[in-house]
Amino acid sequence: MSFKKINTTCVPLPIENIDTDQIIPARFLKATSREGFGENLFRDWRYLPGDVPNPDFVLNQKTYTGEVLVAGKNFGCGSSREHAAWALADYGFKVVVSSFFADIFYNNALNNNLLPVQVDEDFLQKLFQTIAADPKTEVTVDLEKQTLEVPAAGLKTGFDINPYKKACLINGYDDIDYILSRREAIEQFELVN
Amino acid sequence: MLGVPDSYLSFEKRILKRKGCRNSKIKTSFFKKPQRTISPNRMEAQQPKTLFDKIWDRHVVERKEGYPDLLYIDRHFIHEVTSPQAFDGLRKRGLPVFRPSQTIGTADHNVPTINQHLPIADKLSAFQVAKLEENCREFGVELFGLGHEKQGIVHVIGPELGITQPGMTIVCGDSHTSTHGAFGNIAFGIGTSQVEQVLATQCLLQYRPKTMKIEVNGTLARGVTAKDIILYVISQISAAGGTGYFVEYAGSAIRSLSMEARMTICNMSIEMGARGGMIAPDETTFAYLKGREHAPKGAAWDAAVEDWKSLASDSGAQYDAVLTFDAASIEPMITYGTNPGMGVGVSKNIPAVAAKSNESEMAKSLAYMGLEPQQSLLGKKIDYVFIGSCTNSRIEDLRQVADFIKGKKKAPDVNVWIVPGSKQVEAQAIAEGLDRIFREAGFELRQPGCSACLGMNEDKVPAGKYCVSTSNRNFEGRQGPGARTFLVSPLTAAAAAVTGEIADVRQMI
Repeated sequence: MSFKKINTTCVPLPIENIDTDQIIPARFLKATSREGFGENLFRDWRYLPGDVPNPDFVLNQKTYTGEVLVAGKNFGCGSSREHAAWALADYGFKVVVSSFFADIFYNNALNNNLLPVQVDEDFLQKLFQTIAADPKTEVTVDLEKQTLEVPAAGLKTGFDINPYKKACLINGYDDIDYILSRREAIEQFELVN
Repeated sequence: MLGVPDSYLSFEKRILKRKGCRNSKIKTSFFKKPQRTISPNRMEAQQPKTLFDKIWDRHVVERKEGYPDLLYIDRHFIHEVTSPQAFDGLRKRGLPVFRPSQTIGTADHNVPTINQHLPIADKLSAFQVAKLEENCREFGVELFGLGHEKQGIVHVIGPELGITQPGMTIVCGDSHTSTHGAFGNIAFGIGTSQVEQVLATQCLLQYRPKTMKIEVNGTLARGVTAKDIILYVISQISAAGGTGYFVEYAGSAIRSLSMEARMTICNMSIEMGARGGMIAPDETTFAYLKGREHAPKGAAWDAAVEDWKSLASDSGAQYDAVLTFDAASIEPMITYGTNPGMGVGVSKNIPAVAAKSNESEMAKSLAYMGLEPQQSLLGKKIDYVFIGSCTNSRIEDLRQVADFIKGKKKAPDVNVWIVPGSKQVEAQAIAEGLDRIFREAGFELRQPGCSACLGMNEDKVPAGKYCVSTSNRNFEGRQGPGARTFLVSPLTAAAAAVTGEIADVRQMI
């Protein structure tokens, strides 16, 4: 699976410090495969007691749809559970935009073709305002050019991604393929050390 | 330059030759020859280095422009929740575990804490634990599974067995892997894709994080413990204050702590967003490790200690950030909100707005907790007390609690769970008669596991109830859907158990 450029509407979640226990609560980590976690994405915010969908939560509102999740600062903090990235990707998100990502989540996302796009706080707030004013606002995320654009609002920003990971995403490679190709160097390292 | 005498290295090589390099690897990986470090700049080697730099540089297999460093991993811990998909990945690729002797497994996250001799009632949990056993058997990985006399929380058993040593790189599919850094090593949590990478290659691709020194100087007041230090630091810099950094804890207050207390500090590094935390090894470290099952023995021990002593940061070493705190100004801490940065001294009122937070964040948190800004927490009635988790479930924690509650009884309406970190901790507690003290006080001594720290098993706090907990996270729903968590030290937890409310332990000792 590879990723280059998408054009889509957004789902806004203007909450800071969203931890991985909110993204996927621990009681749903009992599966031994990577599939199906999207069903329980943001479970305790998405459902009221008795498994009734919470009408106040954004994923239950038809107004907001799209493949980009826009979330408040320090997204993905807490537990290292990769299930959080699996749940977001399984639900259908391709990109998460925030002004700050927790380290482990950031890497987990990249390892699952979910692109974390870090923008500055000011840009993030403008993006939230734009989406609030018009939920059908489309954004364009171009991985090759490393840009996020909101044409209708005249907003545009660049974002950082390390060149190695960028190449992996564009070409659909994963780290194991690369590290296995370095096997000789690893064995040499073990012999000498 | 970095310690290991040449004569000893050649001795090591002889041993390696005789034993066959692969099998002896687990005992010898601290002999990292500094000459192998690929330095982009020759001058770098002569510059003063931090503890972090020294260990990182010893483990770089390859450094290439535009790529993350290829980092060699000495020890890899696995558990039932974040490893099954990694083993499935190996099967799909038709790969074996590259160095099975360097991976160690245990069942902890999802195990019951009562009747561990019976089959696990929850079918999904039972399947996950069985899957771990099957995977370890098939791929030749040593497992301290449920029922094993050395089973326990992964971050408790690693140090306890002497598997965790200074100078190593250690990873686990669990964010609290930072705990091991207390021994002066680079230890950090990883996701399941990376678990698969380590199983397949014993390496990870990693960008070098920035370094931060957190210095805590001075003497702690009576009733103030390591847990209070770390909750205090996080309350000052916020739950994101360490993101992008690897932390080294230093200063006289840190130096004076026991190994178990140092583990409590390093454990919570992730709660400020840091990749990990570490403390330079010293005599306290060596005394703790000496004689432990997997620690080096005889001449190998002496050489190892010699090397470990060389790991401390050089004077003049540069950090990307340095923070300094005064131990004397720390009081017993408690969190009031829904991230670990929302903490306050127990005698202080909840602030109007937490450090580096905003009003809407505070309002959302306090609404969840059923609390008000500027409210005092002293005297607040509580429902549950949980003493356990990889933060505070070791023998010293249990002794401290037992010492405090001896001759006292728990408040009638409070449920108190005390969950030891490992079978060895449990056995030690029983040998010392702590179980009797707990029983007489009305505390329920459970069997080892992660338990109510994350509520994956049945140990959940009901919705709306208050739990005073020695664990590491107060996130919404962490201890069960709707559960409300106050993070504290074991002493403050014991004080709450006895009074049935939030209390200042300093008034009770």
